[in-house]
Order: sequence, then C-alpha cells, then structure tokens
Amino acid sequence: MRRMGLLAKVYMVLIFSFMYVPIAVMAVFSFNESKSRSNFTGFTLSWYRNLFRNDMILSALGLSLVIALVASIIATVLGTMASIGIHSMRRGARNVIMNISYMPVINPEIITGVSMMLLFVVVKNWMGGKIFGTPTLLIAHITFCVPYVIFNVSPKLRQMDVRMWEAALDLGCTPVQAFFKVVLPEIMPAVLSSFLICLTYSIDDFIISYFTSGTLQTLPIAIYSMTRKKVSPEINALSTIMFVVILSIILLVNANDTRKQKKLASRD
Amino acid sequence: MKLNSKICAAPYLVWMTAFIVAPLLMVIYFAFTDKEGNFTLENLSGLGQYASVFVRSLLLAAIATVICLFLAYPLSFMLSRLRVNKQRIMLMLVMLPMWMNFLLRTYAWMTLLERNGLINSFFGLFGIGPFNMINTQGAVVLGMVYNYLPYMILPLYTIMVKIDDSLIEAAEDLGSNLFQKVTKVLIPLSMPGITTGITMVFVPSVSTFIISRMLGGGSNMLIGDLIELQFLGNSYNYNLGSAMSLVLMVVVLLCMGLTNILDSENKEGGVI
Repeated sequence: MRRMGLLAKVYMVLIFSFMYVPIAVMAVFSFNESKSRSNFTGFTLSWYRNLFRNDMILSALGLSLVIALVASIIATVLGTMASIGIHSMRRGARNVIMNISYMPVINPEIITGVSMMLLFVVVKNWMGGKIFGTPTLLIAHITFCVPYVIFNVSPKLRQMDVRMWEAALDLGCTPVQAFFKVVLPEIMPAVLSSFLICLTYSIDDFIISYFTSGTLQTLPIAIYSMTRKKVSPEINALSTIMFVVILSIILLVNANDTRKQKKLASRD
Repeated sequence: MKLNSKICAAPYLVWMTAFIVAPLLMVIYFAFTDKEGNFTLENLSGLGQYASVFVRSLLLAAIATVICLFLAYPLSFMLSRLRVNKQRIMLMLVMLPMWMNFLLRTYAWMTLLERNGLINSFFGLFGIGPFNMINTQGAVVLGMVYNYLPYMILPLYTIMVKIDDSLIEAAEDLGSNLFQKVTKVLIPLSMPGITTGITMVFVPSVSTFIISRMLGGGSNMLIGDLIELQFLGNSYNYNLGSAMSLVLMVVVLLCMGLTNILDSENKEGGVI
C-alpha cells in the first residue's frame, strides 16, 4: 500500500492541475500588456498600478477589514459567553439552542442573507430611516460568525476539569476572578482559533453581505461588480495578490507549527 | 460544572432570537401573505411555472456532486496513504484554493472558457473549434465542481486516514479483487465522509446564483438566480421570493435528512 503506482501519481497531478491551472493563468495574464485573455503580448505592471489607484477597491478593502475585525471581536465575545452559559444549562435547553445555532451553518447562504434582509426591510418600514449599511452588515456578519465560535469553544469547555474552577473558588476567588484566572486561560486556544475563523469567513463572505449591505461595497461585492463590467485585467492582478498573501500566511503558520513540533521533539 | 452562569448566555439568546429565529419566521410569514399582508397560498402555488428552473437546479447540482465524489474519492484515498509530512503539504494544496474568494475562482473560468479565451485558442492551434463553452449548462457544472471539489476531498480524506490498512489487506488475503475491496470494505467504512461530502457540495451548488450567472449566461437560471431577482433584481417581489426560499430550504433539509438515513442505515448494518 505504501508504494504508489504510476497511475495514482498521474491522477493526483491531473486533479491538482485542474485546481491550480486557472489560478496560474490568471497570475500570468495579470502581467499581460494588452487586455487580451489568450495572447501574451508583453510584460507590464500597469494593472497592479491601476489597482492601487482604484479608490473603489481600496475603500472596499478598508470596509471589509473594519467589518471583519469588529464583527469577529463581538462574535467571539458573544459566542464565548454563550458557550459558558450553555454549558451550565440542562440538556434539553442546550440542545434547542445548539440546533437553532446550526441554522445559519446548514442553511444555504442565500437563505440566511435573504431572511436577514427581510427582517431589516420590515424594521426599516416600521421605524423609518436608513438602516441598510454598516449596521446591517455588522449584524449579519456577527450572526453568521457566532455559531462557529460556540461550536469551537463548547467542546473545550467540556474537556475542562471542573475541579480547577472549584479549587479557585475554594481558595477565595470570586466567580469573575475564577473565570479570568482559570477558565479563560484554559479555553484561550479555542477562543483564538474561532476569532481567526470569524475573520476569514467575514472577509470572504459575499452572498450574505450582498443582501444586507444596501449600497455599501465590501471587497467581495466590489469584485463582483468588477466582474459584471467589461474585461478588466485588474481582477487578475487582485487575484494574484490575494493568492500570494494567502500562500504566505499559510506557509508562515505552517513553518511556525513545524518549529514548535521540532522543539517538542527535541525536548523528549 | 455549576458555574451558575446561565446568565452569560442571555445576550446571545436575545441575539439568536432576533437575528436567526425572527428572520426565518419572516420568510415563512412573507411566503404565506400577499403584498397587503393578507393570507394567501398563491405564492406557493404560483411556483409551478418555475418548475423547470427547480428541476434544472437539482439536476445540475446532483451532477456536480456525483462528479465531485468520483474525482475526490480516489484522490482522498491516495492522499491518506502518503507519508505524513507529504500529507500535510498535499492537504494544504487542497485547501489553498478554498481560501481564495470564490468570485475570483469563478472569474478565472470565465476567461478560460470564453469564445476567444485560452482554451479555444489552444484548440485553434490544432485547427479545431472554436467551441461554445461559456453560457452552457456544462460550464455551470464545471464551475460547481471546481469551486466545491475541496469540500468533497476534505471530509473523505479525514475519514480515510482512519481506515486501517490491515482491513484492506485482510480483504485481499480473503480473496477480494479490487472491486470487492472498494465496495465491501472501503465504501462502507468511509460512508460518513461520503455523506458529509455530498451535503457540503450539494447544498451550495443547488443554491448558487453566482456560478450560474457568471458561467451560465442568462439562459441557465437556477433557483438562486430566481430568488435574487425577487429581492434585489427587477422582479422585486418579496412574497414570491420568500416562497421560493422556503421551498429551497425544505429541499435542502430533505436532502440532508436523506443522507442522514443513508448514514445511519449503514451504521446499523455496521462492519465493526
């Protein structure tokens, strides 16, 4: 089983090229002088230059980052608190809450987006005023992020030894102190990783934002409106930049992981 | 743990009721009322005229899911039998495209499939073509497969790593051929991964409106496109849109229920 046949290798190469050739083609054509998407006429960096002068893209990127950061912080706090509360509930209540929290995860995104839009429209008609924009976008992002926090933090809480918490109380901690000194450090890895998950989901989200943002443009919405218009190699440039950024983040994280593992191994 | 901290969940409970439960109730309310707010079943009964769109969505999503399954199954098995450090790298390669915005991934195919795009000019070198590839149903399926293939590979891989080589070897010793090894050992053991993969590919495929719009042109509308038209497009009819959303939601739930049954049946007849 260990030795892989030639056929298997060919198969793997084929699938991975299917996954990567389109991205590679985009990267190559982001340096193309003309707008042609089949002939490479000459090398240029002007599409990158245009991209960095494109106010629409830059402001959309800014908005995406701000929304992602604020939504992730709020969602992480809200979700962590919820996990702690849910943890001390009886089984029936816990199951109901967990099942409702599953809704945004299993529902098609378009339904989550549409349903929130309906709510906001009803509230708008009722109260009047202009509510579509940053507030609705934030609410939507927090809503689809919180469940991921709960599903990440809850298992960690279950693993925790209750006696640690009780010991802290016996030694004179107030419940709040005990939480910050005992519980929080214990669940911190899960809290941090859910924060990161929220960040990536929020930055990447298009469908839910599309229905709840009004006229505001987050980065994915700006990308969408660019793809609707005429051919623009700036999109290729943007994709290439995003790919490189993601690749470097992943490589960095990975290098960090292997270093930690090596450290652990050398300690043994 | 009696943290006596149920109160901590209160803000989330309020949030959940306001922004998860209430919006879904809104969908139901709008689906069963007309513009004046009177009860009606017309929205739902009027969906009959869109039957072809619903059928097309289900069909294309199902085809894409099956293709994903057939492409991903052997690959996941091969990945799971690589050396551990190689597995890590390969897994990263599987996940990397997932991190790229799916609009950009779909756009990449838009430019490739075009009439004067790269694939057609490649065929042109041999004097064949140009083929009409974009704005076809095939292009839509291709877009679905390309975008959601990793969602099939990952759950399959996760389950296959856990399958012990000795089980396959035992089947071999007992005289199984390749086909029997796959159908009698591998597939039953990897059933949970298969069902997870199917839902993870089918649900976004059946509800997409981006892929069909970018690769399918105007003539290959899916349910997602219809819904989007009712809410943000020209049709502008929240009640009809809600009825469509409700049906889509039921379809998705049914599909998940079905795969769950498949899963549990398999457990009952379990191998281990």
